[in-house]
Amino acid sequence: MGLKRASVAVVGVAESDLGQVAPDTSPLDLMAQGTFRALEDCGLKLSDIDGVFCAATQVRMGPMALAEYLGIKPRVFDGTQIGGSSFMSHVAHAQTAIEHGLCEAALIAYGSTQRSVSRAAASPREFNPYESPYRPFMPSSAYAMAASRHMHQYGTTREHLAEVAVAARKWALLNPKAWEKEPLTVEQVLNARMVSYPFTVRDCCLVLDGGGAIILTSAARAKTLKKQPVYVLGTGEALSHASISNMADLTVTAAAESGSRAFGMAGLKPPDVDMVSLYDAFTITPILFLEDLGFCPKGEGGRFVANGAIAPGGKLPVNTSGGGLSYCHPGMYGLLVMIEAVRQVRGECDKRQVKDCEVALAHGNGGVLSSQCTVIFGGPSTV
Amino acid sequence: MQDLTQRSPYGIYLDHCRKGELAYQVAAGDGKAVFYPRIAAPGTGITDLQWRVSKGLGTVYATTVVYYKNEPPLNVALIDVDEGFRMMSRVEGIDPMQVRIGMRVKVKMLPGDEKQPPYPVFTPAEGSQHHPGSASHPSSVRRG
Repeated sequence: MGLKRASVAVVGVAESDLGQVAPDTSPLDLMAQGTFRALEDCGLKLSDIDGVFCAATQVRMGPMALAEYLGIKPRVFDGTQIGGSSFMSHVAHAQTAIEHGLCEAALIAYGSTQRSVSRAAASPREFNPYESPYRPFMPSSAYAMAASRHMHQYGTTREHLAEVAVAARKWALLNPKAWEKEPLTVEQVLNARMVSYPFTVRDCCLVLDGGGAIILTSAARAKTLKKQPVYVLGTGEALSHASISNMADLTVTAAAESGSRAFGMAGLKPPDVDMVSLYDAFTITPILFLEDLGFCPKGEGGRFVANGAIAPGGKLPVNTSGGGLSYCHPGMYGLLVMIEAVRQVRGECDKRQVKDCEVALAHGNGGVLSSQCTVIFGGPSTV
Repeated sequence: MQDLTQRSPYGIYLDHCRKGELAYQVAAGDGKAVFYPRIAAPGTGITDLQWRVSKGLGTVYATTVVYYKNEPPLNVALIDVDEGFRMMSRVEGIDPMQVRIGMRVKVKMLPGDEKQPPYPVFTPAEGSQHHPGSASHPSSVRRG
């Protein structure tokens, strides 16, 4: 039992406007803009959408608000909110609904105006009486403590962390939509303003406005639409904790479980993957996920990313958009993580295109390394 | 099971804090420590939870230093308390950057104020600086 490999495909993807939007733009404006661009991308009409999947920090009841804005009455809706990985989870849930005939065309959307209204206003932190009195700068301090553990146990260095930011910047310079336009060096990362040791501001993701949408339908219907279908080969979801003081081992994430589930469903292994799109909220996260998803042994992530290995021309293309570190991070970044993976499989990435990209893995992270969801996408040769 | 119309787990925890005690729960049956305090043990669902007072000794599991604007650097750490539970806290009394993973620490209850009830922080424990078997400094354990 379980979901069927390649039963559904992504047919439309689009970002909303990114970066800094006009005053008084709403998160729903951005979701809708992403939606209409994604509809244009695949050739479906608004009236074809009968499943709505949505999560956002500024819209408490996402599917309801988005359906109202768009003026549609979906038969299936899901507002699973597990932070930045929500949208990978939505893909799995949309696939479930499509496989069972509960809906035919599923829309997954996101929008945030956190740069315009401030991060504190866009995503107020819940008070935790066992953590808040110590004033961790969340979520940065949680990820910083995970980095402290990784450095302690495995000899990972601040230079290794900086390599992740530098690789992201090199990719971003190949992406016209990326926020960052100037080169970045390891020294610049190390010497930037300290936020939560060992992270400087350059180890932390951007705080920008943005959003987007993805449209999925059955594999059969996908073949009748405008573009080459990008099949969902595997999905996996896992939760391990909510607060960082309750994470059993700060060097091991539940990506080990979500990845293994997704690879199992896809019938693939890490060496089969041509391109990896990893949620890079902080420079430690791609290191952890490369390990937990099986691209390198536990503890070797820092050394794996060294010497430009995940930068353009390196041994594994990671976060070719420039990532949350240099392209765009609108608060919950998972949807954009998947959009880049889909575009790579379609071959739409121009200067940053990975050659013969047939299998792309998109991995989402939410909370403080709390929720981990993986989606593996494949092109026509994989089905 | 805790009668929530009478008292809450956090309320009982706070009462201990007011007495200068770091309290935790132990599940009857498997004897495992439970923290944060709950109405049932996570995983097992054991509802027979007994309150205990920690001896207040622990080891730094993870650490960071937060740099807020116009404030001195602030330590935030995860402490593995000897009785078998982990909690967030901070280590005071030394330069925040000198807080090391593996360092032995001892609890100190801060009195709080109108807004913040009493809460536990830690200071370096006298005697052994580092827990036996744990590495002393991140840079000393580089491998490969």
